[in-house]
Formats: sequence, structure tokens, C-alpha cells
Amino acid sequence: MLDDLTVGDVERIATLARLALTDEEKALYARQLTRILEYARLVGELDTREVPPTSSVLDETPLERPDTVRPSLEREAALANAPDAASGLFRVPRMLGEA
Amino acid sequence: MTGREIRDGVARRELSATEVCRSCLARVEQLDGTLRAFVTVDVDGALAAAAAIDNRPRTADRLPLAGIPVAIKDNLCTGGLRTTAGSRILERFVPPYDATVVSRLRAAGAVVIGKTNCDEFAMGSSTEHSAYGPSCNPWSHDRAPGGSSGGSAVAVSAGFVPLALGSDTGGSIRQPAAFCGVLGLKPTYGRVSRYGLIAFASSLDQVGPLSRTAFDAALALGVIAGADSSDATCSGRSVPRYEDALGGDVRGLRVGVPRAVLETGVDTEVLDAFEQGLEVLRQRGATVSDTALPHAKYGIPVYYLVATAEASANLARYDGVRYGSRVPAESLAGMYEQTRDAGFGAEVKRRIMLGTYALSAGYYDAYYGRAQQGRTLIRRDFEQAFAHVDVVALPTTPGAAFRLGERLDDPLQMYLADVFTVGAPLAGLPAISIPCGFTAGRLPVGLQLIGRSFDEELLLRTADAFERDTCWWKSEPVL
Repeated sequence: MLDDLTVGDVERIATLARLALTDEEKALYARQLTRILEYARLVGELDTREVPPTSSVLDETPLERPDTVRPSLEREAALANAPDAASGLFRVPRMLGEA
Repeated sequence: MTGREIRDGVARRELSATEVCRSCLARVEQLDGTLRAFVTVDVDGALAAAAAIDNRPRTADRLPLAGIPVAIKDNLCTGGLRTTAGSRILERFVPPYDATVVSRLRAAGAVVIGKTNCDEFAMGSSTEHSAYGPSCNPWSHDRAPGGSSGGSAVAVSAGFVPLALGSDTGGSIRQPAAFCGVLGLKPTYGRVSRYGLIAFASSLDQVGPLSRTAFDAALALGVIAGADSSDATCSGRSVPRYEDALGGDVRGLRVGVPRAVLETGVDTEVLDAFEQGLEVLRQRGATVSDTALPHAKYGIPVYYLVATAEASANLARYDGVRYGSRVPAESLAGMYEQTRDAGFGAEVKRRIMLGTYALSAGYYDAYYGRAQQGRTLIRRDFEQAFAHVDVVALPTTPGAAFRLGERLDDPLQMYLADVFTVGAPLAGLPAISIPCGFTAGRLPVGLQLIGRSFDEELLLRTADAFERDTCWWKSEPVL
């Protein structure tokens, strides 16, 4: 049996998931995720020897299409929903030299 | 009026698509302030689409959905029409293209009325996780309409539209259909294109219709199903004329009921309605026998591990760069983290974290890996069941519609409501929910039938036969 999730565990997961959580959120999620994971551990009971994993239920080979050039979204349309765009590009905060 | 009646009336020029559209918009205007089925109503777009049908009378009689008003779940992209997926982060997102299912509906003559409310990114069973507030169940306004396609179920139940699209990952079409007393069909995985469906869990997500009648669902499925060069997981199998499968009997149909699964706890009134539904099928010549789904009790943990793991990856795209809202910050990482914290609601964050945890180093094998193996065992259960029955029957939900707010503070309790619906998507199978009665408090109950892969025809045929022997589907809430 694994231990309860701590606030530290939640912080570690939140960093992986790129979520800045408030202290209240961290405490709440530590409590709720502990309870959900406790239930999820039911899967530990399964006899999974020789059982392959299922990642897709498709029985057929995925359909392929000819590798030909097709029109794609115009740049203007692709940028239309951007929170910040300039010179035909998405603009983001400085990333080089970041700590 | 049913979709079929509208279509036939428009084709014979006895009805004007514009008049149908206007009366539909008027009803929405009058009643949706209370019910809140829609997040966005597209008055101008709908009237323009209806006028286009009326102006082309010669083509109208060849269009399978000519003039039928439809509602689209707000996690399906509609070109030029805001699509929020029930999330704050997409509050101002206007897609540059239509989802394949939407463009196919339009090409078939359907008139898109608007976008329906849903739990944020389709994660929920009540619409209470929508950033735009919950929808109300038309049968009892203080109760949840179910979710996540709750708005679509409300729109059909309240008589706003005869047909709506929803999406189903763990029950999101069938559960709200059951709660609102309408029909809901989740097709086989790969039957319908997912292009333009805002992704939640890509190995499970599937788009399907909600309607009052089996015929309307058959019409809609025939239009939206079939190969799509924009979705490699969409099957190239030919699409039957589903409406041709209707009208028959169910003599000889072998219905399997996993009795042991029902012992996990079903409300007695729901169980009574379910048994009454089975009796209707028996009277029509079906045989009902016990069947086993030995791994069904692992359905909820398997589903929530697989679905949240996939969601944690799919929702990485909401980073404040290409679309959606952004919280400005000094650093790029800070911008990502603050954008996502402000843009996502509590349930979405909870699921992203659960999925991230299940995939993280040291926990992958115990959670995600095991869940994927459990998924194989659940699939095998169904394969074995279908060796001796044609459909598996279960109540769609263990209880009728719960009160708004009742389960909001207890996420696990909310997840457990999906106990009977997660099996079909885990196994990739088609499943339908049809109205089979009411509780004493006048809340609808749904009968769920799960079929073999790509055997939507049998589900629709059975639903149609059921309809002819029952009147629950005709019941309308007092609004």
C-alpha cells in the first residue's frame, strides 16, 4: 500500500503538468487525489500475467492517405486566435537565458 | 416534430426550413434562460442556413437532413462560431474550420442552431464542471441533466431541436440521454471521425447523436459516419443506410444481462424500470439470459487511469501560445503555469494531475500499465459474452438524475456514476441508451444496450422496435 499523497507530491506533479497551484489547491488535491488513487489501486488486484496492454481498440490498420501536398490554413487564420502575435509569428516571453 | 417529419415536410415543400428554424429559435429564447442548454446560439447563422435550404428546393429533397435544426456540443469545432469546450481558457476561441461531423451535417442540410453546454473538456457527469455554469434537467430543474453532453440532452429533451451531437468518452452521450429521457448513441470507436473534436482521451472519444427517435439517430449516424482522410483512426468500412435496418422485429434477439454487475448497487426504481424494459423485449420475441462480465468492477479505475493519462497529454496544448487565453508573465514557464492555473477549472486540473501522476516515473507500471492490461481483460469479457448473446443490457446509470451540487465536493462519488457506461468505450464497442421508464418522482430512466463492434444497426433496430411498443420516448417534461 502506498502512502497518502503529500503537498510535496502534489507540487512535484503540478510542476510536471505545468500548473501553478495555490496553497489551498495543493491541500485540496493532496486530499482528493489520495482518495481517488486509493480506489484506483483496485487494478492491483488484477491477475495481469501474460496479459498484453491495450492502447488502441482498432482492429484495422489505420487508414493512410497519399502523401501529397494539400492546402493548409492560411497564416492569418492560424494566428487569428493567438493571444499575442507579431510579424506573422506567435510571440512568447523570453526563453533564452531563463533560470 | 421529429427530424424525419421536418425533413420530409421540407422536401415536399409543405414546410419552410426558415419557419422551422424560427420556431425553434423562439422556443430557445423563451425557455433557455432557465434551462441553459446552449452556451452560444447562432441566430444569424441558423437563419442563413435555413434560407439556403428554402432557396434550393430542387436539392432539398435529396438531402437526408434537409432543414432539421441541430445542436452541437461545444467541444466540436464550428468554423467562425465560438467553441469553448466549456472552458474559460477557450472563452474567445473561434475555430478556423468545422469538425468533419459538423461539415457533414451542414452538407446534409442540417441547420446548426448553436453550441451546447458541457463539462469542461467533456470531463464530468453533470455539466457542473462547465465554466459557464450548469444546465438544468428539464424534468426537475434542481437536478443535473447528466454530462458531459448535458446541454445536448437538454436541447433534445426540452424540444428545442430533434437532434443534437454529443461526444462520449466514458458515458458522456448515454448518461445525459438517460437522465433527460432521450435516446443517445455512442458509435463504435472508429465509426465516426474525431477531426475537429477537441481531444480529451483519444483512444476513447467518439462523437454520436442524441435524439427522440431511433430513426433520427439512424439518419444522423449515416451522415456523420465513414472514412475521413483527416482522421487516421476513422474506419474505411462502408456506411450502411442505418434507417433501412429499422422497422423490423427483435424475434430471436439474444439479450445478455450481467446480473452480477447489477449487484454492485442499483437504485430499486431504476432496476424496476430496467426489468420492465427487458420484459418489453421479451414480449417482442427476444430471449434474455444471464451473462458474465467478470472484470466489470475494474471498469471505473481502469477508465479513470487511462482517460486521465491521455487527457494530461492532450491538454498540454493549452499553453497560452497559439490559441486560448494567456496570463502574461516574465518567463515562458511562468506564463505556461499561470495561464493553465487561471484557465482550467478544478475538475480539469484534478484529472490532469491524476493522469500525470499515473504516467510519472515510478508509478507508471502500477497505475497506467496495469490499467491498460485491465482494459484488455475488459475487452475479452465482452468478446466472451458476444459468443452467446447479441447485445449486453444494463441500466445506463445506477440511479436517476442527482441533485445539482450534491456530488460536487466528492469527485470519486461523481466518477462512480459512470460504472455502467465505461465498459463500452474501453472495449471500443457501440452502445445506446433508450428511455425505459420513470421513477416515482418522474425522473427518466435509461436502458443501455451494448453491441458488437460496428453493429450499430442492431442497436438502432432494437431501439426502434422498443419505441413502437412503449410510450416513454414520447413523454415530454412540463416546462
